[in-house]
Amino acid sequence: MEQYPKVYLYRRIVQAKLFIDKNYAERIDLSYISDEACFSKFHFTRLFKTIYAKTPHQYLTWVRIEKAQQLLREDKSVSETCFLVGFDSLTSFSGLFKRNVGISPSSYQAQMQQLKLAIKKSPASLVPSCFALQHGWFEK
Amino acid sequence: MITKMTITNIHVLNQDSAYDFYVNKLGFKLVDDIPMGPESRWLTVSPPEQPDLQLVLFPVTVSKMFPKDVAETLIGLIKKGIFGCGVLTCNDIFATYEELKAKGVEFIKAPTKEFYGTEALFKDDSGNYFSLQPLNNFGNEDSI
Repeated sequence: MEQYPKVYLYRRIVQAKLFIDKNYAERIDLSYISDEACFSKFHFTRLFKTIYAKTPHQYLTWVRIEKAQQLLREDKSVSETCFLVGFDSLTSFSGLFKRNVGISPSSYQAQMQQLKLAIKKSPASLVPSCFALQHGWFEK
Repeated sequence: MITKMTITNIHVLNQDSAYDFYVNKLGFKLVDDIPMGPESRWLTVSPPEQPDLQLVLFPVTVSKMFPKDVAETLIGLIKKGIFGCGVLTCNDIFATYEELKAKGVEFIKAPTKEFYGTEALFKDDSGNYFSLQPLNNFGNEDSI
């Protein structure tokens, strides 16, 4: 079934999506991506949204915010995170982060740090007892 | 009264490799990664749009739960691909198939029209298999 209908269309859209996944931190020109995929910008945006329920721009923002959460969990500062995921402005980054995640980047990082402390203090308290008992983790 | 399932197991052969498969290839979100001694950790992931369901990537190692003969039998069965772990849903089965293939996921069956709808089958890094189906499987399988 390699030749399902419109296989050539799917492959081009998927390659564009994977390009965004890999290059999210760079200054991505979505017109360039649509050209590379051999679509008009309008057609590319429409197909992308049909498949992924997000426009390419929305998807890029989503990837950046996901990566930002990961970097904040790794104790990178908010400003460093902002630039590492491809934002130019701390204000835009913080606003978009809060809109997507529900809390500010600094609040998110504080929460994650609290969680890490709790894990360090008592790791087994965050694991359901049935699993820990079956695996002998309490004894260790 | 039972209301929902919140945690379920997937038995895996190697947690590092399973992490790479479920998080980096399938796009699941990491929920917990808590070291529990030198040989294992509490490692759970969630499907991207189901944050309240945790899949425990449970290592099959000789332990209180798995005596040596049981562990060896279970490892053999997992490697043989005996265990189907359920159905994963996607918006568009063809786009998802192309993406997972590009990321190196091994498919047992490409998207195929069956009497119950369109379905693909793939294996995880240990040998467990999943059915992949589009959201509205009795409607249009492709969205474009």
